Amino acid sequence: MIREDSNIILSVHNLTAEIEGRPILKGVNLEVKAGEIHAIMGPNGSGKSTFSKVLAGHPDYTVTGGHVTFQGTDLLELDAVNRALAGMFLAFQYPIEIPGVSNLDFLQVAYNARRSRQGLDDVDLFDFEELVQQKLDVVKMDPAFLDRSVNEGFSGGEKKRNEILQMALLEPTLAILDETDSGLDIDALKIVANGVNQLATPDNAIVLITHYQRLLNYIEPDYIHVMAEGQILTTGDKELALELEERGYDWILEKHLGVVS
Amino acid sequence: MTIQVSTVPETATVADRLRVDRTAYLNRLVQRHSSVVSPFLELEALKNTANTRLLELAIPSTRDEAWRFTDLSSLLQIEFEPVSEAKRVEPEAIAPFALPDSYQIVVVNGIYRPELSRIDRTEGLWIGNLAHSVPAQPTLWKYLGQQLGKADVFTELNTACFTDAVVLWVGRDRAIDTPVHVIYLSTSHTSPVVTYPRCLVVAEAGSRLTLVEQFAAAENSLYWTNAVTELWLDAEAQVNHTRVQQDSPLSFHIGRTVVSQEQASHYTDTAIHLGAALSRYNADFYSLGEQTQTRVNGLTMLRDKQLADTHSSIVYSRPYGSSRQLHKCVVDDQAHAVFNGRVVVPKLAQQTDAGQLTKTLLLSPKARIDAKPQLEIVADNVKCTHGATVSELEHDEMFYLQSRGIDADRARQLLVYAFAHDVLSQVPIVPLRDRLTALTRTQFA
Repeated sequence: MIREDSNIILSVHNLTAEIEGRPILKGVNLEVKAGEIHAIMGPNGSGKSTFSKVLAGHPDYTVTGGHVTFQGTDLLELDAVNRALAGMFLAFQYPIEIPGVSNLDFLQVAYNARRSRQGLDDVDLFDFEELVQQKLDVVKMDPAFLDRSVNEGFSGGEKKRNEILQMALLEPTLAILDETDSGLDIDALKIVANGVNQLATPDNAIVLITHYQRLLNYIEPDYIHVMAEGQILTTGDKELALELEERGYDWILEKHLGVVS
Repeated sequence: MTIQVSTVPETATVADRLRVDRTAYLNRLVQRHSSVVSPFLELEALKNTANTRLLELAIPSTRDEAWRFTDLSSLLQIEFEPVSEAKRVEPEAIAPFALPDSYQIVVVNGIYRPELSRIDRTEGLWIGNLAHSVPAQPTLWKYLGQQLGKADVFTELNTACFTDAVVLWVGRDRAIDTPVHVIYLSTSHTSPVVTYPRCLVVAEAGSRLTLVEQFAAAENSLYWTNAVTELWLDAEAQVNHTRVQQDSPLSFHIGRTVVSQEQASHYTDTAIHLGAALSRYNADFYSLGEQTQTRVNGLTMLRDKQLADTHSSIVYSRPYGSSRQLHKCVVDDQAHAVFNGRVVVPKLAQQTDAGQLTKTLLLSPKARIDAKPQLEIVADNVKCTHGATVSELEHDEMFYLQSRGIDADRARQLLVYAFAHDVLSQVPIVPLRDRLTALTRTQFA
């Protein structure tokens, strides 16, 4: 939902970043306001996933230039933990498995870490379970998953639902969903999309990173950005997604970079 | 007058002197041990044999292949005294280790202490010290000190010097559901002491037993534990054995488990190594009948300058046996873990199915692991696999947890626990498993 008077949540200016000396982001500009849903699309290797990891503070990437303001503070000054505690959330493309640590324990640790930052007391297991039960509905998740080890033996769809469950609990100001739609069948995709829609409010913002237009049938973005060669080449509305679906990415690359990949 | 001067090459002198020192050290240890006249002729004979064998043996050096990575020089610098008197121990000292719903046997500095133990007389299960066990189990001499294998200096030393032994005997077809928990407690003394805990377990045909051995310290002190546990499983017996070594971080621990398995018996060894400055675990499993099943789980967690060495061997002599070995090490700081896993499958042992896997997580650039599988396979129709991996904490894993607001220390703890989990989950007693889990979380805090 685009509102002129909304607060700016995220502002990215000319961001450049590299991994092992190899430049990946080559000047990214983006502004995200409260209440908005953005989609970043682009071909493989365009830098979309890198952009999400750089925003969340992955230590393997080095920011070489530009600046990022998140809710008025310099995001690049914060480590991954403090970015999360400040209200940033990244839903992973490949969530990791943690054998022996129950999903419930993991969620409680993360939830209480966030509360502690907000100056609130820890929630005990009893109250926390009650809270989680309510949130399970968002992604139609079986309570049995709470007792299982984090992501261990989960199907692709279950892992993605678990990511959205974490988002539901942590209530981030900015949620970045990295290829959350990849590897999902249509039913799982609908459940995940439905969950995300329920979590979108006028006070938070969502950035969807996706390769395919398919997800955007279920989550309607306010802006669509096309990324290639480590830059956002063009921005449009949902009509752009349909055009991309029909014509692919080549015409955009040709228009902006003068090349056909 | 002529003086004859003979010279010996320098290298030989050094080697000889080392040999002499290590032999002399061993002799002093044996001599310092005041030999009490044994009430049993059989015990006298056993100890005499051990003493005779010790004359041929020495404390090993890193020149011995089996001790290449484990240098005992620091042990040789200390003259350990035997424990002369029973030390007063309050029940509170035992309380942190006690497990609910179990038979508790407390051994303090190698001596069985009935007043601290908690044993219900159960039909089919005998628990006692050596003196009481001899009249009750007159055949125990067929087992005590009679295991297969080459003479090992520390086992012989234990046999020569032990003053008491715990005897556990499970009668034919008896299933003992209550776990037996043996706590070996070391207390501090004015000078460093050496103790020789000894345990004999006989599980008759078709019987079942859950055993926990736990080595712990009442205080942080310098001592040496040289322990031997012998287990005999008759046909179709099942023994689940957990061994927890959480000795004082100043101490030395040399322990041996030796198991004989008759036909279709099932044995599980889950050994958790957390304590001691220097520890060595020698575990030997002899499959003497067909269709034996052996599960060997190990978890070593080290920090500071600790060294822990596990040398295991699974030796088959009959067909259709199977074994699964999983050994995991978590090594931090400048600690050093050693693993040598030997599996011997001679021609007679066709259709053996043996799998071995060792995985190590190194938490610091100066942490070290030396892991070596050693498969000696002669039989041609067998399935034997082995694998070894060494890894560090993955950035992606840490990042996942940190991106959920979980700080680096907590994230590391969770990932270390996740790594150790598949061994810890093999500990069959829930309260003990929970306690060990908590310990693994604080080990690297």
